[in-house]
Amino acid sequence: MSNFWMDLRPVLSSLSRHKTAAFLIVLEIALSCALICNAVFVIGQRRELMNVSTAVAENELVRVQTIGLRKDENPDVRTREDMVLLRSIAGVRDVTISSQVPFGNSAWNTGYSLRKDQEKPTAHLSLYMVGERFLDTTGLRLLEGRDFLPEEYQSMAVLDKIEGDAPMPSVLINHAAAEKLFPGDSALGKEVWNGNVASRVIGIVDDILPPNLRQGNKAAVLQPVRFNYANGGSYLLRVAPEDRDRVLKEAGVLLDKAMHERIIFRLERMDEMRSKYFREDRALAWLLGIVSLAMLLITALGIVGLASFWVQQRTQMIGVRRALGATRHQILRYFQLENLLLSSAGIALGMLAAYAINFVLMKQHELAPMPLWYLPVGTLGLWALGQLAVLGPAMRAAAVPPVVATRGLA
Amino acid sequence: MFAYYLALALRGMRRSRVLTGLMVLALGLGIGACMTTLTVYRVMSGDPIPSKSHRLFTPQLDSDPMKGYTPDDELPEQMTRFDAEALLREHHGVQQAVMTGGGFSIVPDQPDLLPFFVDSRYTSADFFSMFDAPFEAGQGWTAADDEARARVAVITTELAEKVFGKQPAVGRDIRIDEQVYRVVGVLKPWQLTPHFYDLNTSRFGNTEQVYVPFSTSRELKLSRNGSMTCHSEKSADPTALASMCTWVQYWVQLDTAQQVSDYRQYLQGYAERQHAAGRFERPARTALHDVMGWMTLKKVVPSDAELQVGVAFAFLLLCLVNTIGLLLAKCLRRAPEIGVRRALGASRRSIFLQFLVEAGVIGLLGGALGLLLSIGGLALVRQSPSGVAKLAELDMTMLALNFGLGLAASVLAGLLPAWRACQITPALQLKSS
Repeated sequence: MSNFWMDLRPVLSSLSRHKTAAFLIVLEIALSCALICNAVFVIGQRRELMNVSTAVAENELVRVQTIGLRKDENPDVRTREDMVLLRSIAGVRDVTISSQVPFGNSAWNTGYSLRKDQEKPTAHLSLYMVGERFLDTTGLRLLEGRDFLPEEYQSMAVLDKIEGDAPMPSVLINHAAAEKLFPGDSALGKEVWNGNVASRVIGIVDDILPPNLRQGNKAAVLQPVRFNYANGGSYLLRVAPEDRDRVLKEAGVLLDKAMHERIIFRLERMDEMRSKYFREDRALAWLLGIVSLAMLLITALGIVGLASFWVQQRTQMIGVRRALGATRHQILRYFQLENLLLSSAGIALGMLAAYAINFVLMKQHELAPMPLWYLPVGTLGLWALGQLAVLGPAMRAAAVPPVVATRGLA
Repeated sequence: MFAYYLALALRGMRRSRVLTGLMVLALGLGIGACMTTLTVYRVMSGDPIPSKSHRLFTPQLDSDPMKGYTPDDELPEQMTRFDAEALLREHHGVQQAVMTGGGFSIVPDQPDLLPFFVDSRYTSADFFSMFDAPFEAGQGWTAADDEARARVAVITTELAEKVFGKQPAVGRDIRIDEQVYRVVGVLKPWQLTPHFYDLNTSRFGNTEQVYVPFSTSRELKLSRNGSMTCHSEKSADPTALASMCTWVQYWVQLDTAQQVSDYRQYLQGYAERQHAAGRFERPARTALHDVMGWMTLKKVVPSDAELQVGVAFAFLLLCLVNTIGLLLAKCLRRAPEIGVRRALGASRRSIFLQFLVEAGVIGLLGGALGLLLSIGGLALVRQSPSGVAKLAELDMTMLALNFGLGLAASVLAGLLPAWRACQITPALQLKSS
């Protein structure tokens, strides 16, 4: 211990003579500490968002969407034929149709209440209107209850023509919706209201992701309403991962041949939809990552630069110490200790700033609080960086021969 | 004298190439990051129509049902068709237009071309002059066309070329969704960014390619795009005149402060009349926003863009601190040289200027590197297929800002070291060397 204090004294005295430069190094370390902690934290948050689960067999699903060029009085006929055709493609295991898909750009939302004349709905739910075999095709797990029965499905084309509300006896809700509507209670078999329409919850499914997940709401309801090729319905095809591109190509050709007067405007794999959906998040994560690396590099180079200058400036002093009996090892330790002191001051300041910035971001950008373990990890990392950066100049200092002491003084 | 400082600066820089290179690199990286993110931010937050943005307003009316009412509820973003058409009819602004987005599929006459989609806008006569839409040929339709639900269309040059080739399009018929419209005007390439008048269709995307009268679109029940909010139970046609669903945008031009305050009064009066008549269940609440106010209210600039600019400037700050440190080291290392110059008669002022010029040269070099990096960075940004990315280009202002930033940063960084340098006393240095 006394050894440590003996080492520390000359460090402190020389630092007090180089206040400006010492302060600059502290400032630099503090800045990069504050920024890198926050950057790494934001990157982590985005990664978590990008890895969100859809609860469907994402790697085996492709989506086909078309739009008709002429008015079709009975689009259900064409839709049924399309689905037979799609099913006939080699490698297609199942086909369904849905009003919306995870990561798609159209999103339906609706409010559900527990009583009929409720002032405000209990929960806002993302609305999946699904045709037959939706669960089988997407691989969405049924957690409780049962799937829709064949006679429960209605056609959107027919509903569109009815004045007023159509009855909707059964709905499926996802786990998140069940938690919102009936917290701490089983939702199965309960009655829920969508405006003036009462439905019974016949089953609970896994948390299928709503298309507009940025609103932070994962609750969704499934209604047995069959969309069609002309009103924005998406065909979903379940295929083996290796067949996806081929099936999509064949689907485009087949549908065009079956009916030329329409635009087949979406032929996409769901995994690619996910990647497209998070494009901006990925770009931000990359930017933050690159800037963090650049900051580390610049901080390290700054330390190298100033440390080399100090070594050069103190050559004579080093020579004198060496002549008076200081070992190479002691000189090396002198510079390492100096760096450790400066780094510690910088890290202390930087960590304070890091949590302050995080606090501001929490207020302005609805970011989560930064976990406390960033403190020890960040500290160790920056200590290591500082020691690494100073190693070169410090070894050069240690190599100064004692004879230097006699030179300049002549 | 400046030339001499410059020569000294260049000599000084040559002597410590690595250190100089390091400073230029750090400064260049910082400036490049700032310029790239700032350019993107400017596109996103910029004034889409600088000449008139303070004279264009969008009104808001509280047409929501009483159910769940609290006095600080947000007002509906859009209007009911009934209200928009009533305001248009009553005509209290200098110019005004009702509008909503739509989509058309176009079947070209040439059999070798495939049918394709275009975005469309259903609006009224004043739209074009109110938003300064530039015509290549022809003109917009008239209020009489709105009245008559005329089958007329304004299209962009891009679409005109696709459908009619090189021949003039004005006066020709265009077939859209089984209807025939007469082309009355062709618009020059035109882009309002952000797409402020309708934030529900792509905010940073291209402006629409086909414009037809709103009245016509309702008569033909053309399909619409964008958002629609309905509170009451489902009715067969939410776009009907009687429906309380909000889905229409409305903009009005008001030229003087007097007109603005008159319009506010008129709007409040209108809402009160609707409330009295029982159409508006809630107490009359209205608002009027100009373009920039509207974009702020609707948080058009994504918070990610702000975050990126913040990170870039923090990075530049770090680079600046780094440069101060390195310049200081460099200056002090040259203390003997300074001592000799001072002993030979150089004044403190000239030493100070010499080092400041050296810092400035580093700043300009850093600026040049930063420019290269931001050109590269923006090229990378443009690779991404999102709408705003394609618009991210450096202009003269940004170019000036780029070098201004470089120079300011480096001179700022150079102040302290230059001050320290001119404090060096000649005698001490001469003695020790």
